[in-house]
Amino acid sequence: MGSTNSTLLKIPNVEVLMQETGFSPAHIIRLHDRFKALDKEGRGHLCPQDFGAIKELAMNPIGDRIIGAFFSPGKETVDFDTFVKILAHFRPVDKDRPKELNSPEPINSRSNKLRFAFQLYDQDKDGKISRDELLQVLRAMLGMQVTEEQLESVADRTIQEADLDRDDAISFEEFRKSLEKINIDNLMSIRFLR
Amino acid sequence: MVLNFNQRSPFTFLMCLICTVSLGYGANVNVILEPTATSPSKLPPLSPMEETDPDPVETTQAVFTLDYPRIQIPFEITLWVLLASFAKIGFHVYHKITVWVPESCLLISIGLIVGGIMHSLHEKPPAVLTSNVFFLYMLPPIVLDSGYFMPTRPLFENFGTVLWFAVVGTLWNSIGIGISLFAICQIEAFGVQDITLQENLLFASIISAVEPVAVLTVFEDISIHEQLYIVVFGECLFNDAVTVVLYNLFNHVAALEVVEAGEVFLDIGRFFVVGLGGMIFGVLFGFVAAFTTRFTGKVREIEPLIIFLYSYLAYLIAELLAISSIMAIVICALTMKYYVEENVSQRSCTTIRHVIKMFGSVSETLIFFFLGVVTITTEHQWNWGYILFTLLFALLWRGLGILVLTQIINPFRTIPFNFKDQFCLAYGGLRGAVSFALAFTLPDSIGCKKLFITGTIVIIIFTVFIQGITLRPLLKLINVRKTNRNQETINSEIHKRLMEHTVAGIEDLCGQWSHYYWKDKFMKFNNRIIRKILIRDNRPESSIVALYKKLELQNAMEILDQMPGDISAAPSLISLHKERKNASKSRKKLLSSDVTNMHELLSKNMYKIRQRTVSYTNKHSLPNDITAREILMRRHTSLRRSLRAGSFHGTNASKMSHNYFSLPMGRSLNTGFPPGRLVHTGDGDTESEIDYPSIRRPRRVSSKAAMPLRPLNTLKEVASSVDTVDEQNEEQRGYRRSHLGSNVSRSGHLTSHLHHGSSRNYSEGDHDFEEQQSRLSPHAWVQEPQDNSDVQHPLMRRPHWLPQTPHDK
Repeated sequence: MGSTNSTLLKIPNVEVLMQETGFSPAHIIRLHDRFKALDKEGRGHLCPQDFGAIKELAMNPIGDRIIGAFFSPGKETVDFDTFVKILAHFRPVDKDRPKELNSPEPINSRSNKLRFAFQLYDQDKDGKISRDELLQVLRAMLGMQVTEEQLESVADRTIQEADLDRDDAISFEEFRKSLEKINIDNLMSIRFLR
Repeated sequence: MVLNFNQRSPFTFLMCLICTVSLGYGANVNVILEPTATSPSKLPPLSPMEETDPDPVETTQAVFTLDYPRIQIPFEITLWVLLASFAKIGFHVYHKITVWVPESCLLISIGLIVGGIMHSLHEKPPAVLTSNVFFLYMLPPIVLDSGYFMPTRPLFENFGTVLWFAVVGTLWNSIGIGISLFAICQIEAFGVQDITLQENLLFASIISAVEPVAVLTVFEDISIHEQLYIVVFGECLFNDAVTVVLYNLFNHVAALEVVEAGEVFLDIGRFFVVGLGGMIFGVLFGFVAAFTTRFTGKVREIEPLIIFLYSYLAYLIAELLAISSIMAIVICALTMKYYVEENVSQRSCTTIRHVIKMFGSVSETLIFFFLGVVTITTEHQWNWGYILFTLLFALLWRGLGILVLTQIINPFRTIPFNFKDQFCLAYGGLRGAVSFALAFTLPDSIGCKKLFITGTIVIIIFTVFIQGITLRPLLKLINVRKTNRNQETINSEIHKRLMEHTVAGIEDLCGQWSHYYWKDKFMKFNNRIIRKILIRDNRPESSIVALYKKLELQNAMEILDQMPGDISAAPSLISLHKERKNASKSRKKLLSSDVTNMHELLSKNMYKIRQRTVSYTNKHSLPNDITAREILMRRHTSLRRSLRAGSFHGTNASKMSHNYFSLPMGRSLNTGFPPGRLVHTGDGDTESEIDYPSIRRPRRVSSKAAMPLRPLNTLKEVASSVDTVDEQNEEQRGYRRSHLGSNVSRSGHLTSHLHHGSSRNYSEGDHDFEEQQSRLSPHAWVQEPQDNSDVQHPLMRRPHWLPQTPHDK
């Protein structure tokens, strides 16, 4: 226990972090270790190359978007706080958490998870998934297996299914609505981050 | 009154038939029982015309003869199966019955009635239920049915849980019940002290095998959450294997006087050998079967046969080696299904499914039926104490087992099971066919065989009737979690896929992997190596695209179906188009025969889409499609609206054309359609088979080319001469048109879609058409002698492609 506590103390703002994200101390430590492992040069923050060095992630079709999600616009580096906060999106939802009225929504709420996913589509951050953005994602995910026309048709249909206000793009609300019956908690949660 | 009569007549008919059969059977048995007793010349009164004469020299020629013994066995089998089928038909006459009372109950009831009749005639039931007959003939179809229609994806996602419940759960149940019963036996009051521990364990293993039939039907009816569905389904399937292993184990052990510890270890080791061996065999046979179907392109008729033969072979060889045959056949079916369904023709696919369902259903029906019959006609040995306690313990241990096991496994699951789920699982533990058969095939060396049989029958009847009937209302009452699978949309599919990739990526980031990683790895391996070997034309098709195609086609069908009046969508669209073009020709350009052809075409094509996205299927019927009305409505309205608004940019019209992969025609319609397909090599370069009109000319100009339907002709072939179409292209146009509008409404602006050669992806349809060489250009429709100058937009012009020789696969 002693070593754990000392590691915890080395992390700045660890209390606040734990409260905001809901991670247990053990998780924080594990994530910290991982952070340090990724941060090969020991700078205390991560840059895109560090992420790129993860081989499997590089092969992921939307790997670059995921990496991009860690970096808020304008920033070139990711510090530990941001790292943990982003990962907190993937915690399974706490079913037994008492609902405090005035507290902000926890990071791993369904809505925030959806927002994270939405962000992966919406690279230009205009709040809508345009047809092109959708196409790009589809191409990345399916590119090898389908023809361009099929991609386009699928994209067309997707927009048509979801687009309620006929603006030819999917807003966050429409996105949310199209997924209302799906169990997001299950899909966007990583078990060992509980 | 007429209605009542109709409803009642099947019942009365049924009862008459039952009586006749039983009587007939009874009478026939008499015949058989005395074949050698009397001299051959003295046949019983059924052959009245035959003159019998003790003196063999003078026999008169018989005008009518009756040679029953010759056909006896097949005849009886047929009658029994027919009777069971009539029973099934009879149940569905009155719908409400099957909703409230599971079919298994009804079958057992009918069996009871028949048994009663036979008993009163002092006849014995056919001694068919020997070990061999059951295990070699009746069980494989049931298991194959379950295995083939098991939804693979949820299974693999929950594989750990399923195995956990199946293996550990069954062990827990067997050992628990066995030991408790042994404890009971020690109590003198019940008078069953002679039952040893081994025998108790044996009995316990028999009655811990759960049976999915009734449960799954109820689950589906109330659309339960698929996690529960798959756990029950999987558990039942795999615990058959475990039970049989345990049974053999305890059987073997029961014969021994003394059990040594070494034996126990050997047995445990054997258990693993059996289980894993079964799986390995299954996979092996699955691959071999898939490989074989790769070459059956020219002999479509035997494709279903191959599937059945290989599965059965897997089963038999596993039996030969005394490894788990049930596991072997299930895993074989699972493996096979994925690859085989891509290789075989659509008809074979349907045939396979139908036949598997048929055999499975017949087997099951027969077993339950026999259960009913046998209940009445066997001699029972009744022991109040023992049997009641058996019942009690069975229920108790199952409940406890589920509780404890769930607590242990919940932390490992992403969606933990709550108490309602656990109740479902526990209460849904009905016993059935396997228990019954195992009980019946107990060796006679067991002293209390009759007691065991009675006990098993009691448990089966109790669970099937009482639990089966009350399951549905209870589940509704406690409001168990429902599924959300019924709404299949492209959106959900795509977003789910995105999320999976995201989670996989994050997991890589965190350095810890769960099943997404393995799944990903496996899929890559699969695509790269396995599919190449096993599948005839490797066209990896994304499930998203498959779903998209399916949904589009459904919508198209519905549009056609729903249009009021006798005009289907196509002609009305066309007519609107014509209006717009200031043509004052008459409205109905489409002949009604064209419409019916289109309709036919559409309905045929509906089935051509591989049902990869259907998750679970009804136990007693084949998969159905689900339609999305909203999408339909929207398509419909956008279609009409766009036609009125009209700009026929139809940018995507051309694209849409190719996406109707399925324009494979029935034989009545045309000719070859280009089975062009997209061939991908492993490194990702796309070679598309593109048929250029410049290369070929369409075969004929059909008389039906009175389709002056002007194509929204956005494509201008570079060097094509515009050829007229034949019916095929007419159909294509028909489709295109229905989607044209929707495209148009969406693409408010031109985007440069025509960047590269469009390749189409036609489904392979019936490969018979491959032989038809004429690869008509799908763009042939474009050609209409009249030109459409108004649609000459530079962006619309097709770029110059290099003609590639379309290769044959």
